[in-house]
Amino acid sequence: MRRLALAAVALAAGVVLAQERAIPPGELKSGSAFLGSDLRALQNDDFANPGMLWVERGEKLWSEPVGKKTLACASCHKDQSMRRIATSYPKIDKASGNLVNLEGRINLCRTGRMGAEPLRYESEELLALTAYVARQSLGAPIAARIDGAARAHFEAGRAAYHQRRGQMNLSCAHCHDAQWGKRLLSETISQGHPNAYPAYRMEWQTMGSLERRLRACLSGIRAEMLPYGSQEYLDLELFLAWRAQGLPIETPGVRR
Amino acid sequence: MKRRDFLAGAAGALAFPGAALAQVDPLDPLVRALTNGAQVRKGKVTLVLPQLADNGNSVPIRITVDSPMTPADHVKSIHLYSERNPVPNMANFYLGPRAGKAEINSRVRLAGSQRVTAVAKLSDGSFWYDAAPIVVTLSACLDES
Amino acid sequence: MAARIQIPREARRGEVIEIRILIQHPMETGYRHDDVGHLIRRNVINVLSCRYNGVEVFRADLSSGISANPYVQFYTVAEASGDLEFSWIDDEGEQGSERQAIVVKG
Repeated sequence: MRRLALAAVALAAGVVLAQERAIPPGELKSGSAFLGSDLRALQNDDFANPGMLWVERGEKLWSEPVGKKTLACASCHKDQSMRRIATSYPKIDKASGNLVNLEGRINLCRTGRMGAEPLRYESEELLALTAYVARQSLGAPIAARIDGAARAHFEAGRAAYHQRRGQMNLSCAHCHDAQWGKRLLSETISQGHPNAYPAYRMEWQTMGSLERRLRACLSGIRAEMLPYGSQEYLDLELFLAWRAQGLPIETPGVRR
Repeated sequence: MKRRDFLAGAAGALAFPGAALAQVDPLDPLVRALTNGAQVRKGKVTLVLPQLADNGNSVPIRITVDSPMTPADHVKSIHLYSERNPVPNMANFYLGPRAGKAEINSRVRLAGSQRVTAVAKLSDGSFWYDAAPIVVTLSACLDES
Repeated sequence: MAARIQIPREARRGEVIEIRILIQHPMETGYRHDDVGHLIRRNVINVLSCRYNGVEVFRADLSSGISANPYVQFYTVAEASGDLEFSWIDDEGEQGSERQAIVVKG
């Protein structure tokens, strides 16, 4: 009887886990699938994609010595390819135990190892460096881990994703799980994946980070925007990475 | 005020760009500044725009002029006009026989659905044009964010 | 100002070559407002020119009607080896330039 009960619990847990993914892996679609053909062509044009201006700048910054120690990123990472690095973010920083996204990782290196000032979110330098590092993972599948110390952040991120908020009282899930593919005014709702960030967004007419995009969503549903780098955004970034597991990185994306 | 003067004044007011009646082509004064009243014929120029803009902030545009681009017969300049943007003369491109090919590609901002016009000035002094309509749902310049 | 240029490294004499340029510039229209409602002043690249071994082979007057981070693609005849020099200036007088070499054979 006890074994049956245990089996029933395991089965239920298995079913719950299987139901956790609102969008099954086989149905994942990048935001570029919801673009018109012109913007998709622009994203795929390695020369004309405006985001590449930031990637190129990031490549230069990578080798520029900064800070009290006059070190460049390349000084430590000289023989390392940054390929696939971006696919594992956000991740737990071993030293501090904190969940860190790519922007945070770059700043940890700057403050902790290079004796340099941290870069502000949406600054040209941070966008350029983040875009450059993410670009090295072009085509590689997102593979963020949610085990160990990351588990609690994943759960918090999942809760945040399903939390109704704002004047419109909507959660992320309401649009991006339940209504993706349908029209909202003149646009088609995407699945809301992070695989192309930092991205060049037409509405901004410039490059922006994933957090900028999340803040824009919050603004759109008339919810209060939290400061950049907030724990809630980081947890949400981890959940979004898990939700997009397997989607190839496309940075720099071109988006509306 | 005499009735005749009043009506003339009213008609003049209606002729301004953007007016619903649009009796006068709003581009006329601009094109006139370029052509000095010379005839602008349809032909030789091909203006390619998408039928529907993904986003008015960045619309791909191609202007091609059928010309041998020799010293004797070439395109001197191409002028791009919008009938709805706040700045109607969007761009001018100056070519010449060293261009080899009279084709320009760029990305433009469009403030709403409209007709875009491209006028080419040839080395023999003649003017040719093409125009293309485009539907823009997310306007540049006007839909602010 | 950051810019990307794409031209062939080599060409045959007389060949018509494609030139692409992408310049990082906000092309501020002058119709946008900042966070506190003040109008952001217009600042666009208003002239872009290309000189081939010192001779101007292309020039463009641009306006706020050209998208941010302007992209222009045009053509020129490969006449001789040398330099293609691109220069531009915006409403605030900021100048930018880029140069790329080309080898012309034949």
